[in-house]
Amino acid sequence: MSEAPNSSNRWRRFGEWDSRPLRQDLFAAENPEAGFSVFRSPHDPAPSLTVEGGRVTGMDGKAAGDFDIIDAFIAAHHIDPAMAAVAMAMDPGEIARKLVDINVPRQELEALARGLTPARLAEVVGRLSALEIAFAYSKMRQRQTPGNQAHVTNAKDDPLQLAADSATAVALGFDEIETTMRVASNGWANALACTVGAAVGRGGVLFQCSIEEAEELQIGLAGLASYAETVSVYGTERAFIDGDDTPWSKALLTAAYASRGIKARCTSGAAAELLMGFHEQRSLLYLEARCLCLQRAMGVQGTQNGGIDGAPLTASMAGGVRELMAENLIAVWLGLECASGNDTRTSESEIRVGAKITPYLLAGSDLICSGFGSVKKYDNSFNASLFNGEEIEDYLVLQRDFETDGGLTPVDEDQVLGLRVRAVEALAAVMDELGLGKVPRERIMSVVFASGSQETESFTAGEVTPISAAIKARGITAVDVVRALAARGYTEEAENLLLMLRQRISGDYLQTSAIVRDGRVISAVNDPNEYHGPGTGYRMPEARWQAVQGIRNVLTRDRVLAVEDIGEAGESDWLLPRGEAVRGTAPHEVVIGVSPGFGRQLHRTTAGHRLEEVVAALVGGIEAGGGTARIVRMLHTADTSFLGLAAARLSGSGYGIGIQAKGTTVLHQADRMPHLNVELFSNAPLTGLDHYRALGRNAALYTHGEAPEPVVVPVQGEALGARFHVRVALLYAIETALTDPAATPVELDYRPPAGADRSDRP
Amino acid sequence: MSDVDLYPVAEKAPEQVRTPTGKPLSALTLEAVMSGEVDARDVAITPEALLLQARIARAAGRVTLAENFERAADLVRVPQDLILDTYELLRPGRARDAQQLLDRAAQLRRDYGAERVAALIEEAAAVYTRRGLFVKRY
Repeated sequence: MSEAPNSSNRWRRFGEWDSRPLRQDLFAAENPEAGFSVFRSPHDPAPSLTVEGGRVTGMDGKAAGDFDIIDAFIAAHHIDPAMAAVAMAMDPGEIARKLVDINVPRQELEALARGLTPARLAEVVGRLSALEIAFAYSKMRQRQTPGNQAHVTNAKDDPLQLAADSATAVALGFDEIETTMRVASNGWANALACTVGAAVGRGGVLFQCSIEEAEELQIGLAGLASYAETVSVYGTERAFIDGDDTPWSKALLTAAYASRGIKARCTSGAAAELLMGFHEQRSLLYLEARCLCLQRAMGVQGTQNGGIDGAPLTASMAGGVRELMAENLIAVWLGLECASGNDTRTSESEIRVGAKITPYLLAGSDLICSGFGSVKKYDNSFNASLFNGEEIEDYLVLQRDFETDGGLTPVDEDQVLGLRVRAVEALAAVMDELGLGKVPRERIMSVVFASGSQETESFTAGEVTPISAAIKARGITAVDVVRALAARGYTEEAENLLLMLRQRISGDYLQTSAIVRDGRVISAVNDPNEYHGPGTGYRMPEARWQAVQGIRNVLTRDRVLAVEDIGEAGESDWLLPRGEAVRGTAPHEVVIGVSPGFGRQLHRTTAGHRLEEVVAALVGGIEAGGGTARIVRMLHTADTSFLGLAAARLSGSGYGIGIQAKGTTVLHQADRMPHLNVELFSNAPLTGLDHYRALGRNAALYTHGEAPEPVVVPVQGEALGARFHVRVALLYAIETALTDPAATPVELDYRPPAGADRSDRP
Repeated sequence: MSDVDLYPVAEKAPEQVRTPTGKPLSALTLEAVMSGEVDARDVAITPEALLLQARIARAAGRVTLAENFERAADLVRVPQDLILDTYELLRPGRARDAQQLLDRAAQLRRDYGAERVAALIEEAAAVYTRRGLFVKRY
């Protein structure tokens, strides 16, 4: 009973809802004038394109003379005038249908996109439902094999933890590792630590350090980063300029990365312009379509896209999550690699988080998250991700649930611990070898076992700064790191890092959607997405599916039976058969009908109570209520209702109790229909000895014609099926296998073992 | 045979790429790193490799990506500081006027043969002029 006053004129459920995590999320109303419109604003231009003499002279309602910097770059470098004549003349509804038509190849749609303006691209994807967007995404995404990217950071910029966590992320299967720091001047130390950590284990992982553009290029040039993802672009001119760039400065930067053999992708996402205060009252999707056309125009291979920092704001709007999916679809439709957001945490509600990731898990993506927080939330220097270190296992199970490849692989404890030790020791050796300092053993061990930086006794951000400065000042490169690793006996790690450096010479990983798997580059060029209906596209190879299934604590029959104290089919010494059971005559008799395996093969209820204790409680209760107990084994059935009814029909009083070995119990009466029992304990895992005792007592009271209060086993809404049914199904199968429809009930001689408690505690 | 068939180059056509010092891919062994035969100067891409990747991108139907690789090929021999300075110059409000950008374009064309990058900068100069981006920001 609640103590709350009834005077409050409010259904109290609302108060409970108020206290759920969801209610910390803010939700915004549509307001195009304030920049809050998702798919369509009245201020969006109508799609249009005019081409004269092979040049774009007007686009999306503007004449060339009025083009802003974004229009100008798109018109000059994105629009293919020959294709535009065809594509802009097509009915947008027809194009939308082609996007979801398995008979229209991806390449045909990509060709059409080269002739479509931003407003038309937005209009077309706006015609698709969320489901159609996800489906179109699965068809249009670039590389066939899906992948994933991790954030590896910590609150202290501790290089030892970065190395350990990088190695852990590699073991989990991430294809890319992105780091950043709390203190900007620690960038070089962060990059070095992640470089070493990423070389431990399978290796072959791309790594980057997110920092100011010029610094990032320097770090990349030193080989301490293999890709860059901070080439941000924006959908309005003023936001772009506030971001201190132009399409030409970014295009130059993009080419500069490629000239140093560094993979690059741009970043753009819904609501960035809104956050920056320059939204021009356009819809999120239209602005994003501009960003994406611009990225293709710049010639970058891919994009980190899907409302990155703006994702929570986008998700605050009605249809916002659908919009995030829609902009990702435009990205891949334009032929760009897509690191599909799922980065910044968009909600405090775990349900919204799980729902947000699901379409991507089903459709696949080049990089499902453009930053899965592989570390704990408080250690993520980019801020909490949609998924974080705390929730990695939830994600692993989602992969298993849907039989889908989210890019991650379960790890076992010994394997991870070994890799963490190796990574931290390797980094300590490299630091020593390169004269960057000696790492005390205590620091190493404190990091290896720590889940996060709050538990470590290691470097602080301030201690890292001089190390970072030394790496930069001395011009230490990845080749020096290779040499240091090898000199200290870390040959495998040296080879792994060298493999990544070798890639730089061929430039293979500069192509669209390139990652390195097992030492080989796979990209949209040699692993193109060829989905065109059932049986095509990416399907997990059997070995991969086996690996995905390898989450912790999967129950097998053998494991369940081993834990459950399964005996041989012998008789217990406390329940001895004594011939066929017949109907009793005592007026207050209560027959307890036990199941075929009760006390023979099976000895414990799902709540963990020994069956001796359970029977002692029932018998004790019956006696306390003024009844006499008799125990009979049923062999013709294992079903609770029929156990109970058969027991009742053998009982002198007409009252009987049926009980299965797993603990499910019914109180029955001989004249009743089988499923219309007197009392029932259906939730055996919650049923305690006191409940059994009370039920026995009630049974006896019924024989006296009394009407006791039924025994209720309280439930708190536990997901009992999830918690118990694997065990229940396996255990119950043992009982059903023992049944013989023709067998007659057997009288059992009950000899309570010493210690079994028959007293009736109130 | 399409240029796509050359990809990945490291596997299908390793003989087509060399390090900046002229070594084949196969020379990048751990032994060579340890002996000092290979150093940081070898771990870099060449204009030739970028132009090869541009051909592959074009053959794969990715024209703008190919153009980016071609601009990158232009930049390989441009010193890091000059690249960073040019990037800075292209940021809004850094150049005083269009001429400063045009001069940089001319310099890159003259000293490094960076035709495609120069064209990009000249295009920027025209648009910046029209959009008034030569306003000082700090």
